Amino acid sequence: MILCWLILICLAGGLLAWLIERRGPQWPRWIALGALTLDLVLALGLWLWHREVGALPGASGWMAELSWPWIPRFGIRLHLAVDGLSLLMVVLTLFIGILAVVISWTEIQDRVGLFHLNVMWVLAGILGVFLAVDLFLFYFFWEMMLIPMYFLIAVWGHENRIYAAIKFFIFTQASGLLMLIAILGLSIIHYQQTGTLTFDYGDLLGTPLTPATGMWLMLGFFAAFAVKLPAVPLHTWLPDAHTEAPTAGSVILAGLLLKTGAYGLLRFAIPLFPEAARTFAPVAMGLGVVSILYGALLAFAQTDLKRLVAYTSVSHLGFVLLGIYAWQELALQGAVMQMIAHGISTGALFMLVGALQERIHTRDMQRLGGLWSVVPRMGGVGLFFAMASLGLPGLGNFVAEFLVLVGAYRVSVPMTVLATLGLVAATVYSLRIVQRTFHGENLGGWAPADLTTREMAAFGAMILALVWLGFYPRPVLNTAEPALKSLQVIAAPAARVAWKEHP
Amino acid sequence: MTAADLIVLSPLVVIAAASVLVLLLIAVRRHHASAVGVALFGFLVAGAALFVAAAEVPRAVAPLLVVDLYALFFMGLILAAGFTVTVLAAGYMGGRGGQREELYLLLLLATLGCLVLVASSHFVSLFLGLELLTVSLYVMIAYPRTDRRALEAGVKYLILAAASSAFLLFGMALVYAELGTMEFGRMAAVLTIRVNLDQRLLLAGLAMMVTGIGFKLAVVPFHMWTPDVYEGAPAPVTAFVATASKGAMFALLLRYFIETDAYAYRPILLAFGAIAITSMIAGNLLALMQDNVKRILAYSSIAHLGYLLVAFLAGGAWAVEAAAYYLVAYFVTMLGAFGVVTVLSDRRRDADALADYRGLFWSRPWLAVIFTAMLLSLAGIPLTAGFVGKFYVLAAGVGSALWTLVVVLVVGSAIGLYYYLRIVVVMFAPATPGPEETPALAPVFPVAGRVVLAVLTLLLAWFGVYPAPLMRLIQATVAHLG
Repeated sequence: MILCWLILICLAGGLLAWLIERRGPQWPRWIALGALTLDLVLALGLWLWHREVGALPGASGWMAELSWPWIPRFGIRLHLAVDGLSLLMVVLTLFIGILAVVISWTEIQDRVGLFHLNVMWVLAGILGVFLAVDLFLFYFFWEMMLIPMYFLIAVWGHENRIYAAIKFFIFTQASGLLMLIAILGLSIIHYQQTGTLTFDYGDLLGTPLTPATGMWLMLGFFAAFAVKLPAVPLHTWLPDAHTEAPTAGSVILAGLLLKTGAYGLLRFAIPLFPEAARTFAPVAMGLGVVSILYGALLAFAQTDLKRLVAYTSVSHLGFVLLGIYAWQELALQGAVMQMIAHGISTGALFMLVGALQERIHTRDMQRLGGLWSVVPRMGGVGLFFAMASLGLPGLGNFVAEFLVLVGAYRVSVPMTVLATLGLVAATVYSLRIVQRTFHGENLGGWAPADLTTREMAAFGAMILALVWLGFYPRPVLNTAEPALKSLQVIAAPAARVAWKEHP
Repeated sequence: MTAADLIVLSPLVVIAAASVLVLLLIAVRRHHASAVGVALFGFLVAGAALFVAAAEVPRAVAPLLVVDLYALFFMGLILAAGFTVTVLAAGYMGGRGGQREELYLLLLLATLGCLVLVASSHFVSLFLGLELLTVSLYVMIAYPRTDRRALEAGVKYLILAAASSAFLLFGMALVYAELGTMEFGRMAAVLTIRVNLDQRLLLAGLAMMVTGIGFKLAVVPFHMWTPDVYEGAPAPVTAFVATASKGAMFALLLRYFIETDAYAYRPILLAFGAIAITSMIAGNLLALMQDNVKRILAYSSIAHLGYLLVAFLAGGAWAVEAAAYYLVAYFVTMLGAFGVVTVLSDRRRDADALADYRGLFWSRPWLAVIFTAMLLSLAGIPLTAGFVGKFYVLAAGVGSALWTLVVVLVVGSAIGLYYYLRIVVVMFAPATPGPEETPALAPVFPVAGRVVLAVLTLLLAWFGVYPAPLMRLIQATVAHLG
């Protein structure tokens, strides 16, 4: 029941924020903030409550579960469930969501109510994606989060927003439809074998498939997730969407939407089609490495600060792809860690660029420089998150990338070596951000106001989170561990054999 | 003709009586509101009569008509569409002068034609219903006689529809010549008994019938009339052409194929497959190049009929259900979309230029939200009926392993997104009073029209979020066919 509330509070908070707008622009902000805080408290409560529970997907392994009939004709149920992995993602979603609201406090002055409606609904969709364990429901939420995101970009975005919004929408929608076909195909094969039509994750796991069918269906899922992740060569929507979106939009895109792709791979694409995934793993890991290097290279070439940060996402998410398809305990832990750390560090960089743009109305690095002396707080924060982005030991990103590389090393040495080069590149582009923006001569004669207390509070929370992840990642790793183990068990060859013998 | 026959035919009788009543009313005294009232009342009584008729079904009336739950379901759908169009037309014609009352007479007659179509089990009743519908439409499309675009559309429709009727008639004649029967039910029997059939003649006949049916459904390559007629006809009439006329024809096509077991003819199925593919691709591609909202919706409807054909081709248990669900979603969505166009139109011209919608969200937020919902439903986005409809169709397609069609459907949908979003973007763009080529519209927004739009939007959300009741209804009625 609590799972349903998590989503409903978001939806209702969004509606309320919209309707209450006529009372004044502050109301929607407070309503959104209040609803998200309430949600976060609920989610944290759930976490503390179930700290000890190990999670094996199935009847009893979930920490919390809810299953209502929805469309009986297709055996579709309103089935939500949470294990350690989902829970971490839910907490991340709400954390980033609150920051997105806080950071838009002064940036968004136009149609505030509608803006918060869209923010809340995109968050509700993302929560749904992380909680759904019915494939139809998953697809439902998957598509549901696109519409508000589209409006966030198209209405409140920057110069080239319409192009970016439509490109984003068509990329994700087209790949999503491929996934829908794969979902239908899997369900109907299951129906032909067992005579029951269902879209339930637990039931569809272990459906015996011929290698060719499994591969095609897996590719359907992979297409959708790789677009979202994004993996080269399906990443081209990302720089546009990130650059044109308002700050809150970029933060949600980078911090959360990209994670839904990684989550989808972890939860669905590999466990549902383990054989196909194993065959496909070298290709996917290769794509991951290419993403790491290509993203870093392009990031280095940008002069638009926001676009630069966008390309670093491609690079960082390459590590996630590499870690997931290595399908090895440490690498998986690293991938999950990277999802969280990247969500925070890149979100913070987008917030910083947003704060800068709000003040001086440019993101062009060629016109920036020498800001440190004028806005020391901003400089310090910028330096910190640039360090996080390059993987400085002691911060969450380092733990994540290190774990991924250690895990991947056992699977493929050459790929790991190439991926490690990405760390070098990350150092270069991260330092370039700091150098071009904060050091050097203040060419434009900029003298913007420094970060306000509200902004410092937001950045402070993120800094604390990253330091915590860097020095004491145990709680996170412990929470994710049982979920990851059980996913590995499901996908292990032995389990598959047992499944086939005793269907 | 027994009492039971009359009871099952009561919806048709009521609509026929209502049209006579409107006719008499016009002869005595012209009065717009009473003509509308009689028409609306007729639709309501006919709708109520469906429930009376439901007690006596299934029942064949003469060899011509068969009233079963399948027919009743589609009758209900068509009556609801007729009712909606009447409300919209009342608001639309309300602001105009001239002789407005005959439109409702024609609307009732066209609806009667649709009702006959969905219940026909014989070539004669098929043709009767079709002509009743088509002849009424000729006049309805060209109803604003002083508008050149409407006249052009009317003449175009007249010529092409007459030609397609001729094709259909010739096709029927060929089939009759070979099979010796015009009843759907006996055709299947004859096919199994007789062995020395001339397949070529039969196929030629079927092919010609496909031409006639394809014209009414407006699928590629028989779609040429669609954009012009959609653009020229008054918006409420366009709504009727897009929904009731196509829906009735599609219901008939399904019944014909299932009852005569025409699924056995692979060449015909291949032809329909090609038609579906070209409709999905061409409809979506051509819509990209339009700047007129009515024309965009015209091409979009071509694509949507292509999607429906995927369900039709899937055959099997799901096909009928999927098609019925899709048709309901399509009816709600198209009526809603054209409803918005109708409500925004003023007495001088229809609100069909894309520029008319610029900044609509900031001037009339609710209308813009409704139109956005309708467009998203056409695009098949969750929370709308169109999504569940598309899911149903895809499920049917995947279930029958029609991979090519399914992939084309996906590609078509992806292309389609662009032009739906284009309209949405325009509505959400800031209203810039630039150099206007088109004079701004001064619509009146009748209350009834707004209520209808609100109801349609609620239905759209209901069928999109909680589709189980509608699915149960469809399973209990439509699925009994075949």
